[in-house]
Amino acid sequence: MLYIPGNNPAMIQQSGVYGCDAVLLDLEDAVALNQKDAARILVRNMLQTVEFYDTEVCVRVNNMHTPFGLADLEEIVPLQPDNIRFPKTETVQDVKDFMKEVRRIEKKHGIKNPTMTIHVMIETAKGVANVYDIANADSRIDAITIGGQDLTADMGIVKTPDGVGIDYARKRIVMAGKAYGLDVLDTVFADVNDEEGLREETEYIKKIGFAGKALINPRQVDVVHEVFNPTENEVRKAYRVYSEFIRNKNAGIGVFAIDGKMVDAPVVQRAITVLEYANIDLKEIEKSVAS
Amino acid sequence: MKNALGVEIPEYIEGFGELKPFRGVWKSIIEDEAPATNISRTLKAKKPHTSKLCDNLEAAIKKCNPFDGMTVTFHHHLRGGDGVLMQTIKILDEMGIKDITLASSSLTSAHDGLVPYVEKGMITKIFSSGIRGRLGEIISMGKLKYPAIIHSHGGRVRDFLTGRIKPDLSVLAASAADEEGNATGSHGPSAFGSMGYADIDARYSKNVIIVTDNLVDYPCVPSTVRQHFIDYVVKVDSIGDASKIASGTTRITTSPMDLRIARIAANVIEHSGLFKDGMSFQVGAGGASLAVAKFLREDMKRKDIKGSFMIGGVTSYGVDMLNEGLFQAIFDVQSFDAAVSSSVLNNPNHIEITCDQYANPNNCGSMTNKLDVVVLGALEVDVDFNVNVITGSSGEIRGASGGHSDTASGANLTVVVCPSFRGRLPIVKDRVHTVVTPGESVDVIVTERGVCVNPSKPNLAAALIKAGVKVVDIKDLKEKVDAMTGIPAEKELGDKIVALVEYRDGTIIDVIYNVENLS
Repeated sequence: MLYIPGNNPAMIQQSGVYGCDAVLLDLEDAVALNQKDAARILVRNMLQTVEFYDTEVCVRVNNMHTPFGLADLEEIVPLQPDNIRFPKTETVQDVKDFMKEVRRIEKKHGIKNPTMTIHVMIETAKGVANVYDIANADSRIDAITIGGQDLTADMGIVKTPDGVGIDYARKRIVMAGKAYGLDVLDTVFADVNDEEGLREETEYIKKIGFAGKALINPRQVDVVHEVFNPTENEVRKAYRVYSEFIRNKNAGIGVFAIDGKMVDAPVVQRAITVLEYANIDLKEIEKSVAS
Repeated sequence: MKNALGVEIPEYIEGFGELKPFRGVWKSIIEDEAPATNISRTLKAKKPHTSKLCDNLEAAIKKCNPFDGMTVTFHHHLRGGDGVLMQTIKILDEMGIKDITLASSSLTSAHDGLVPYVEKGMITKIFSSGIRGRLGEIISMGKLKYPAIIHSHGGRVRDFLTGRIKPDLSVLAASAADEEGNATGSHGPSAFGSMGYADIDARYSKNVIIVTDNLVDYPCVPSTVRQHFIDYVVKVDSIGDASKIASGTTRITTSPMDLRIARIAANVIEHSGLFKDGMSFQVGAGGASLAVAKFLREDMKRKDIKGSFMIGGVTSYGVDMLNEGLFQAIFDVQSFDAAVSSSVLNNPNHIEITCDQYANPNNCGSMTNKLDVVVLGALEVDVDFNVNVITGSSGEIRGASGGHSDTASGANLTVVVCPSFRGRLPIVKDRVHTVVTPGESVDVIVTERGVCVNPSKPNLAAALIKAGVKVVDIKDLKEKVDAMTGIPAEKELGDKIVALVEYRDGTIIDVIYNVENLS
């Protein structure tokens, strides 16, 4: 997910062409206080005019405790971007207050079947402590994300390249997200010139369960994709596992072996995840097995 | 008369004579009788053991008996750091020589000083592959007496051989030379690498002066230009600004947009059917074009592809790929940075070639005819895939034809990379302001908003679509971009022809009209 400052028209205009899965149009930390109104108006207009192609669009509004949060929602919610990100979420009550406003605005604008989902952002120690309850606070939350810069500031520590200070928070947030079926997204990697550092960090966060990463420069897109995209061998193996699973399932067999190794439900689930990352349609595999 | 692109071409232009219209990329070369070679080597003689060394450039020029109406030629290997061309013109002017035809292989920002000489009529004709800066502006405003001729690199060699350019005096800068005129760009404090563009001047000019800041003991080894063509040698304190001649190594752009376009272009190459062992490759020296090399390099390593050769304009990035074994050889007509010079000097697989071998359409071994893939930039493209690399959005001359049309004509796959708009200006037009490279020789245009494949290559389009490349119709792309930017009003042009764009076969592919006011 590529972060784009909400007051930069050129970057917003081009944000859909960089091949990232999602862009975040930021009205919060990337925008100076005296630019908040301008950014809100610009993002509102850009959402209606700019083509983002296949890129998912998320808008990060200001926290409801600031003078800008409600005004942001009034302008953005009626346009129903793919998601709204709610920053500095600390409690279930925060989510409730936020969603109350979202639903009020949707009702006011006659939006009966809202499509917009909610991303909550955890970036304080209190938020980390409450993350399990937050993750389950509203059915429209479909992703949870960690804000490393604010979190380290809140903890009174320096964010180091090895990420040791936020490691517990990362793992706790991942577990909370997994518990409630949410996508969990990692924080930014600030040094855009350190491609290897970005790769190492992305490999690490993939291993501990994150589904994606926040980016601050389009040059970071390819590295993150390279790490998250399964290799050709992984895809071939997953394809074989899923094909055999369907074949055995049709024959009434639950557990089977490939090359002498047992394949059970968790193995099949991992294969499905790989195939989904590779954009391979499971139904096509099922059809191919059937024929 | 109209040429094959529908451009109205005058049958005759004062100062140049009859013109032939462009008929198609290979039509004239294949179907027409080969043009007569109206040039022969000048017979020269020198007594044994006499010296060619002159005290200074002025003395050497005097010995060449300059005259009004003469043609003076230069190479552009010193690029933005060139100090020799301006020195020569100043001396000729002080001698009272006028009505000069200037034929430099290209003209750069180092040559803005030519403006007063053009304005006062000391220079009346210009042949070049590129014209930039203030000089381009005043030519665009009609200040040059006769239209400038914009040729390609290969076309320049052809123009020498057919006699369209008749060199009377060639002043050739070298970073090292000896007393007999054996000269090179590959070593010395001002090293600039290959000296490939200077070969044709040295061979056929009536008088040839080598100018160097680094006179070495005889013999100068290795040397590119050889002593039997050289009349005089001059040692000077400086041939120009070394920092602008060649410095450091080339860095790949960090522009996210250029990198994105380059990534897409590399994908196009990978799935073109040409990405395999033995592939030959050429890429431009900057921006998105050079960045394609970065991605191609990664892709070649990933797929274990070993290419045959690279040609061109060579950067340190190309040298790195040679040293990594990704290509067997580099054929180098022009080097872009200091790191390349040492490779030319030390690596036997880094082969210096002449512009004749590089791109002359009228020989039997042009390297461009053996090229698989070339990646080129563009100022504008149009829905017929024509490319403009010479005139800007106000109609002013501000770019270079270079080897654009040469490489496009020969390559199996010509990829043009450009953003779909720059600033507020759409880059995909109904018709480019000036055609330098005809759409017939352009296969793919890669933008950040989609890849356009020439309809003449349906199999390529199918292969790219199958590989997941976002292929779009160029007219649809134009509509989308126009919807974002609006369609800018065209600048009103005058009716005076200020430049002729000569296609590599010597025909005229486009004409450039004057613009009223640029400043």
